[in-house]
Amino acid sequence: MSDRVALVVDRIKCDGHGVCADLVPEMIELDDWGYPIIRSDAIPPSVLPHARRAVSGCPTLALRLQALASRR
Amino acid sequence: MSSQLLWYTTRGAGAVSLVLLSAVVILGLLARLRFESRGWPRFLSAAVHGDLALMTLVFLVLHIVTAVVDPFTHLGLAALVPFGSYYRTLWLGLGAIAFELLIAIVATSLLRRHIGARVWRAIHWLAYATWPVAVLHGIGTGTDNTALWMVVIDIVCVAAVGGALLWRMIAAPADPLADERRVAAERASFGTGR
Repeated sequence: MSDRVALVVDRIKCDGHGVCADLVPEMIELDDWGYPIIRSDAIPPSVLPHARRAVSGCPTLALRLQALASRR
Repeated sequence: MSSQLLWYTTRGAGAVSLVLLSAVVILGLLARLRFESRGWPRFLSAAVHGDLALMTLVFLVLHIVTAVVDPFTHLGLAALVPFGSYYRTLWLGLGAIAFELLIAIVATSLLRRHIGARVWRAIHWLAYATWPVAVLHGIGTGTDNTALWMVVIDIVCVAAVGGALLWRMIAAPADPLADERRVAAERASFGTGR
């Protein structure tokens, strides 16, 4: 199903603002320098709205949602 | 609706727009500074910055529409053309310029994902021109520009934005890898003999 999505960060664009970890602590924590460490598994439906908000709120547009390949 | 009411609305919405626009600029600077504290997470500055910018546009539309349709002023749509108004040509022209710059800044922000961060950022720098032009419009014209309460609003807004701007200029780079990036850039230019 295409609704299985994960958060992905473009590490070149990311400046370590830390906005995403504020908005989706369920999926993202920050390393010692303030850069995101993102869980690679599918985002739970209840968390998805927050993930979308983090994607649109990323100051450097480094964050995006990526469809996961379906497991059959 | 009496023209008195229209004129009061023009004046009130103008003053509110100045306060809102100043808050928008300060919140934008706070977001750039990556300000955070207890009860103020980092995403909040940028989120409120955007919401207040849209609210500023609402009050500016009110400010402009009530001025243009007021039968007493006879401003007409020429007031929307920079320096196209017969009435206080310079001061109304500044207001028109500020409004149109703000439209450009807000529109590109709403389309940020489509135009890319680089173009968006370049246009967003226009904010540093928009706010002073808007302030000059308010100081230079307006029925209340010499009223004590309006002068107090002007002073508070200029002081608050000036303070935030000063903080932005003297603050250390917020990028935690600023030193590393600089060293890497120096090495890269050394390697190519530039």
